Amino acid sequence: MGYTLIEKIIKKNAGLEDIAPGQIVTVNVDRVMVHDIFIPFVADKFQEMGFKKLWDPDKVVLIYDHLVPTSAVEDVRHFQIGDAFVEKYGLTHVHRRDGICHQLMTEAGYAKPGDIVFGTDSHTTTYGCVGCFSSGIGYTEMASILGTGEMWVRVPETIKIVINGKLPANVTSKDIILRIIGDLRADGATYKALEITGSTVDEMSVASRMTISNMAVEAGAKCCLFRPDEKTCSYSEVSPEETAWLYGDDDADYERIISYKAEEFVPVCACPSQVDNIHPVSDVEGTKIDQVFIGSCTNGRLEDLAVAARILEGKKVACKCIITPASRKIYIEAIEAGYMDILAKAGCIITQPGCGLCCGRAGGILTDGEKVVATNNRNFLGRMGTSKVGIYLASPATAATSAITATISVPK
Amino acid sequence: MANKVWKFHNDVDTDQIIASQYLLLPDIEAMKIYTFESLDPDFAKKVTPGDIVVASENFGCGSSREQAPSVLKALGIQAVIAKSFARIFYRNSINIGLPVIVCKDLYDHVEDGGTAELDLSAGTVTVDGRSFTCTKLPEYMQGILNAGGLIASLNKEED
Repeated sequence: MGYTLIEKIIKKNAGLEDIAPGQIVTVNVDRVMVHDIFIPFVADKFQEMGFKKLWDPDKVVLIYDHLVPTSAVEDVRHFQIGDAFVEKYGLTHVHRRDGICHQLMTEAGYAKPGDIVFGTDSHTTTYGCVGCFSSGIGYTEMASILGTGEMWVRVPETIKIVINGKLPANVTSKDIILRIIGDLRADGATYKALEITGSTVDEMSVASRMTISNMAVEAGAKCCLFRPDEKTCSYSEVSPEETAWLYGDDDADYERIISYKAEEFVPVCACPSQVDNIHPVSDVEGTKIDQVFIGSCTNGRLEDLAVAARILEGKKVACKCIITPASRKIYIEAIEAGYMDILAKAGCIITQPGCGLCCGRAGGILTDGEKVVATNNRNFLGRMGTSKVGIYLASPATAATSAITATISVPK
Repeated sequence: MANKVWKFHNDVDTDQIIASQYLLLPDIEAMKIYTFESLDPDFAKKVTPGDIVVASENFGCGSSREQAPSVLKALGIQAVIAKSFARIFYRNSINIGLPVIVCKDLYDHVEDGGTAELDLSAGTVTVDGRSFTCTKLPEYMQGILNAGGLIASLNKEED
């Protein structure tokens, strides 16, 4: 009997002879990420636990993103506490204005294929795009890892998702993960690992895979892994030899195998206010909207901005259209590629990289009765303003197309 | 002793338990008055220590915020009993010492505002004389919960 990809990663990390779902295993953590929202709580708990030093300062990454730049005076307290923690414990990997944590963790090479990484944010599942086991935890557990370098995990069952074929031109990886969430439901993968394979994902960029790993948590998944390939190795700057062991065996014990034909996907959206309330965009076409948001750790990458620029070139948006690149690196690349010029001329509002709007803190929050088409990952009640805002989650192509007429529209 | 039940639906997410904008408040005491604000603005005023939260599937889905179980605990919620829980909420609850109990059958047999009696050590919940068996926690997690949470459990290991 073979092993699934997640089983191989945990087994190797813990130095076990054998491994099976349900087993509780203590792993050695390769890297952790703490962001600005939770650093005060992590610092508190770390002190309360009586630790005097970090287990390994090199393995700790602190990223300010939810509150950058600040939108309320209280926000500053988080940076002050964070900076004091950096000073006291000697952190060296600190990003104060570089972008969203989940973009930076793979972009800056902190999360690599085969690694085990935890972060104080549920979308930590994102790094599965490079074949890294990464998952979100709370601040008490984070404090405990900071002191010990260890963490217990329950070996998850694996659901394998196979997607073969060629996607229709107006479908992106966002439509794929939304459809999967709709099929699995919001709790369909709870405590489980997803492993995504097939010719369709082989063809995808690492950036497109990131969108899928990022949102897997919306189906409850603990992690969502892709087998590293040449594109991964180039992106993560590792050799093919180093990643050769990172694949799920054909005879592994998958809990379930779900197959999709790429040709059958259509543009979809998650309608208010559940992530698994998935409908074809054509079902809600014509719905009047007040705002469009293209950005976030789900869809704020260069290829997403390229799609938006292609659709909006020479056009004018008919509602507020907020563009938020996921990192400063992407921001600069988008300027150099001419996308920002096109988007600005189309009337878009371009913001600094960060989490503000997606977490309902700043930069475009909405009020009762307003509707938004957004490329981020959650449409929960109150997520981007009041609890009576209607959030439609969709791909950058659907979002940009909808901005032209201020009505929900199917991309061409 | 029977305690009051607050009943919730499927997929109650962490934004509904405690919304993002309140995470910037300095501590849990300041946050707890906003618990379940989008569902019932007066929840925190009406709840009394010992009350039980009962929910359907996937309670606590969404973000990793540990403030979600923490505000429930700070309001004196004795336990959350649901058909199922989201992973991070579940771990966080155990780590802070809030009992989270999986019980598939209770939900359809208890009313919002009704009462239930929880026997944690026996792993049963009783409503109107009818007893429902809860799913047992894995031993490792039960150990953390018994110690009163992760910090107490770590301290115990040192002793």
